[in-house]
Amino acid sequence: MSLSVSLTVNGRLRTIILDDPRVTLLDLLRERLALTGAKKGCDRGQCGACTVLVDGRRVNACLALAVSLDGSEITTIEGLADGDDLHPVQAAFIACDGMQCGYCTPGQIMSAVGLIAEGRAGNDPERVRELMSGNICRCAAYQGITEAVIEAGRALAERTAPSERTERSLA
Amino acid sequence: MNRFDYLRPTSVADAVALAAEPGSAYLAAGTNLVDLMKIGVSRPARLIDIGRLPGLDRIDWLPDGGVRIGALVRNSDLAYDARFAATFPAVAEALLSGASAQLRNAATVGGNLLQRTRCAYFQDTASACNRRHPGSGCDALQGENRLHAVFGWSERCIATHPSDFCVPLAALDAVVEVEGRAGRREIPLDIFHRLPGDAPERETELDGADLIVALRIPGASAAFSRNARYLKLRERTSYAFALVSAAAALDLDGGTIRGARITLGGVAARPWRARAAEDALAGRPADERSFAEAAGIALADARPSGDNAFKIELARRLVARALALALAGTPAVMPALPASPFAAAAGADHAA
Ligand SMILES: Cc1cc2nc3c(=O)[nH]c(=O)nc-3n(C[C@H](O)[C@H](O)[C@H](O)COP(=O)(O)OP(=O)(O)OC[C@H]3O[C@@H](n4cnc5c(N)ncnc54)[C@H](O)[C@@H]3O)c2cc1C
Ligand code: SF4
Ligand code: FES
Ligand code: FES
Repeated sequence: MSLSVSLTVNGRLRTIILDDPRVTLLDLLRERLALTGAKKGCDRGQCGACTVLVDGRRVNACLALAVSLDGSEITTIEGLADGDDLHPVQAAFIACDGMQCGYCTPGQIMSAVGLIAEGRAGNDPERVRELMSGNICRCAAYQGITEAVIEAGRALAERTAPSERTERSLA
Repeated sequence: MNRFDYLRPTSVADAVALAAEPGSAYLAAGTNLVDLMKIGVSRPARLIDIGRLPGLDRIDWLPDGGVRIGALVRNSDLAYDARFAATFPAVAEALLSGASAQLRNAATVGGNLLQRTRCAYFQDTASACNRRHPGSGCDALQGENRLHAVFGWSERCIATHPSDFCVPLAALDAVVEVEGRAGRREIPLDIFHRLPGDAPERETELDGADLIVALRIPGASAAFSRNARYLKLRERTSYAFALVSAAAALDLDGGTIRGARITLGGVAARPWRARAAEDALAGRPADERSFAEAAGIALADARPSGDNAFKIELARRLVARALALALAGTPAVMPALPASPFAAAAGADHAA
């Protein structure tokens, strides 16, 4: 049974012919599109290393069958930067030392992009930790990760609404 | 993972017709099913992808003040729906205490109800498990069974149902709407999951091709909105299944309890509604003494199925605690750590 899947991956429309419906989104990205940024940690939804955005929402690519996402828009870590200009979340992870070995980092960053878009954590570290709990870091870089998420949230808010700057810093 | 055929029907009627063929399974987000297929526990010959069936992704408010939730509504979308969270706050709290943000973004309401047990022997195809392979035995009985049931178990199976969402739903008289080959029918959520008895492989009241189309919570259950909590004890505070959990809700008339709802999670193959304890609270003063007595009644018939007697005492204390927190009032904002008894002041932000 041959199936065709069309996905817009990092802004580019890709049509992939699958000979087998068992392919997960993670395997499609890594094995067929050579996008190896999303990592396969557990392959069972338990670590978050495979986090990508599907239609703007963060999900675990390892548990989604690629065929079921036909027509969706996928954003991976490779699609975040604008040329050499890092995305604010990427920049914040560097500035705040949000990593050690880096294995979990693409998933952490994609999860943080999703978290900021969801708008539920504000700059409360407890809420950030809770809403980032789906991303495990074997090196335990959690302190830096939490700071990076808060910092990136601030940078993104300023980028979209510079006039609210003073208000936010008072809050 | 076994090979399977993949089908994507475009109507509920087509989905039900396709699923009538033996070996078929519905695919929603796949966060449980694909996982179990990877480890060989589920081996469907055909996957019927219901992810895009029209009309099942809506939250509709009903004339009686209740709500109808389509089976494909995502767990996070329901929990963050402002009106839903204000009307049925314990349900929103339970949803946000489950899994991770990524999983909640994908997971559907129907899939959450039908997620399978987390019993390790169920997941290990080399083990004996009556639920997975009827008649093979139950390795959990003499095995690692700290997390297993203390209510409603049998010698054939001592597993628990792991859903958080289902616990407050059972407390609030939710009803499951099912479309089957013989048309539409409704099943109360608190008896939707079957106790194991002699046939643990029959996990729910659904038959082969039955499709969950929606869940309803009646308007009368909104009476508990100001005093409702879900508490969940876990071995880590986030991204973990419940050891035991409790939904508690009070309808108060001044200092007197007009009505109470109590349901335990993580203790049986279904959410365990404690009706005798609820009845004992009606008309009583809303205080620690009433809560302690009700908690005792709620656990009176509990029986360990292995190394899990500790869960009974834990659950008893959790019921009393959940009732006390319900009395204190539904937090104005969702606590930073939903359902955690370790959260700081209810709903408050936390200094790092
Ligand atoms: C790491 C991890 C941690 C988790 N932690 C928690 C937790 O703490 N608390 C918790 O409650 N849950 C937890 N979960 C479970 C999660 O909530 C479920 O996986 C999810 O809700 C399933 O929804 P789904 O849409 O992905 O279902 P699927 O995986 O697509 O389906 C699950 C089952 O339901 C059937 N099905 C789905 N929809 C329908 C329908 N409409 N009608 C009939 N049959 C249907 C499928 O055939 C399948 O058998 C966790 C999962 C993972 C992977
Ligand atoms: S407790 Fe139930 S699910 Fe676990 S091994 Fe025994 S029969 Fe299987
Ligand atoms: S690889 Fe997907 S969650 Fe671990
Ligand atoms: S930086 Fe090493 S796993 Fe997170």
